[in-house]
Amino acid sequence: MSGTTSLLRVDNLVTRFNGHGPAVTAVDGVSFDIRPGEIFGLVGESGCGKSATCRSLIRLFGGAAAEIAGGKVLFDGTDLAELDDRGMEDVRGARIAMIFQDPMTALNPTMRIGDQIMEGLRRHRGLGRRAAREEAVRLLASVGVTSPESRLGAYPHHFSGGMRQRVLIAIALACRPQLLIADEPTTALDVTIQDQILKLILRLRDETGMSVLMVTHDLGVVAQTCDRVAVMYAGRIAETGETRQIFRRPAHPYTRALLDALPAHAGRGAKLKPIGGEPPNLAAPPPGCRFHPRCPHAVEKCQQTLPELEMIEPGHGSACLRVKELGL
Amino acid sequence: MEILKFTFGRLLQLIPVLLGITLIAFLLLRVLPGDPATLILGNRGTAEDIARLTTQLGLDRPLWQQYLAFLGDMLRGSFGQSIAYRSAVGPLIMERLWATLALVGFSTLLAVAMTIPLALIAALRKNGITDHAIKIFFVAVMSMPAFWLGVLVVLLLSVVYPIFPVSGYGDTFVDRVYHLFLPALIIALGTAALTIRSLRSSLIDVMRADYIDTARAKGLRQRVVLFRHILRNSLISTISVLGVHTSWVIGGTVVIESVFAIPGLGYLLVSSISARDYPMVQGLTVTFAVLVVAINLVTDIAYAIADPRVKLS
Repeated sequence: MSGTTSLLRVDNLVTRFNGHGPAVTAVDGVSFDIRPGEIFGLVGESGCGKSATCRSLIRLFGGAAAEIAGGKVLFDGTDLAELDDRGMEDVRGARIAMIFQDPMTALNPTMRIGDQIMEGLRRHRGLGRRAAREEAVRLLASVGVTSPESRLGAYPHHFSGGMRQRVLIAIALACRPQLLIADEPTTALDVTIQDQILKLILRLRDETGMSVLMVTHDLGVVAQTCDRVAVMYAGRIAETGETRQIFRRPAHPYTRALLDALPAHAGRGAKLKPIGGEPPNLAAPPPGCRFHPRCPHAVEKCQQTLPELEMIEPGHGSACLRVKELGL
Repeated sequence: MEILKFTFGRLLQLIPVLLGITLIAFLLLRVLPGDPATLILGNRGTAEDIARLTTQLGLDRPLWQQYLAFLGDMLRGSFGQSIAYRSAVGPLIMERLWATLALVGFSTLLAVAMTIPLALIAALRKNGITDHAIKIFFVAVMSMPAFWLGVLVVLLLSVVYPIFPVSGYGDTFVDRVYHLFLPALIIALGTAALTIRSLRSSLIDVMRADYIDTARAKGLRQRVVLFRHILRNSLISTISVLGVHTSWVIGGTVVIESVFAIPGLGYLLVSSISARDYPMVQGLTVTFAVLVVAINLVTDIAYAIADPRVKLS
């Protein structure tokens, strides 16, 4: 990692889900850091643990029986994993905010938009009704909702998906957080709306200087928005680096496979290569490198040794045992 | 404003329903086997008595004339003359209406007061001992007929531990609340058995909803998330369960009022049937039906207020 001071440093994070049946270690020793003002991407297939990772940061597991089983989440000098529930509530919304995948279900259907925005303002910034109202109007305008004054009294079902995501962003930014966690913020939206929302997030980052943790399965989104990125596979980080390093010189067979499956990257006329096999069951992950059953370069040691993230150039790390010999 | 328009529209829709109700109440008594005049007089009546009563009741006229006369009586608020009481049916019903409304209202209040905390506890401790205990207790309550449960509760709380009166209605407001407590409790237990289950399951659903994550992500206190976001949204589906059951309870008052000797409509209905007081039975049938319709209307309005997604036009 470089010498720049981080806003967030996640160190060897382990998160376990205890549902029915065997416990699932969805996040298994994940480390990364996010610097002030940067957009950091967390990318991978569904079920790779990227959502679980970002939800672990603010311990928001949506009613699932999950616990942080190890590691540190250092945010601006505080270990969030050590905070009690009330301490965590003081951080959520105020210093770390989050937006979610499906704007159609992420707003309270029986509460007016204005009240949903004002709730956080009154909770963390101690604003009175009138001041909170004015601030809500300003926030709605800043996320591009037209005639915001008249929209305060509307209910979520009066809004389209894209508009709802804008409202959710307004809610998230209400208390000027230092970090915005965006968990697949555009996955449920039309392509044209996706682009608008991503541009909005970029603009707001520039205006406020906040950091963004962008969780996505879409490498296109990563290319468009992220400064740095971590590629996750089966609860672990496979590769991390600056976005252009990852795209120019992928240093993990999994990253390479992801890029080969991407139309824009494969080039015109080239055949897209899907990744064979399926992601492993996290309740019983394969021994050794988690990717070895699907890896075209796997050899015997890949089945035995769990690879750690190693730097192959400044700021660029790969968790592949054969990274040097393969010349990736 | 919109809600007033909505209510007015619903009221207009009720006109044909109400006409249908009167027609059915009217025809039911006409198609029953046996001649009312003969049945009323019993074996004491001579042929002349029967003929006089038949004319007095208007039973010798054609059906449509009888129906129009019935409607006319109804619109005048009299519902005809009671045979047993020898006075207009309407005022007699109005006198008893309040006892029944008080009983139903009180029991609904008690049911809600039980439902919210118990459903919250059950949902928060899902599949825990408390959750199972609540479930088992209310399944047992629901499995018992009201008259049986009534007798059990009276034995326990009026006879063995004489805390509450065995029967009666009382005179002052406080006295009435005291007298109505046991019968209302028995009705409320039956209602709560349904509403607790309904509210518990919708609480569990809503707790998993995405917008609860949004609320938590704002850093709201646990208590605020629970009451302002989770409970508020969970209550919507329980409103209709409560409404449907309350209209059912209207019929159930017949039993409870008889067990506790409360001078309400149900008690009056039972005695009027025994006395073969046809006009009274007819008037009560219409009244019960109107009450059920009114409760449905109130439920619809409550639902529309609770859920802004309900189209008001």
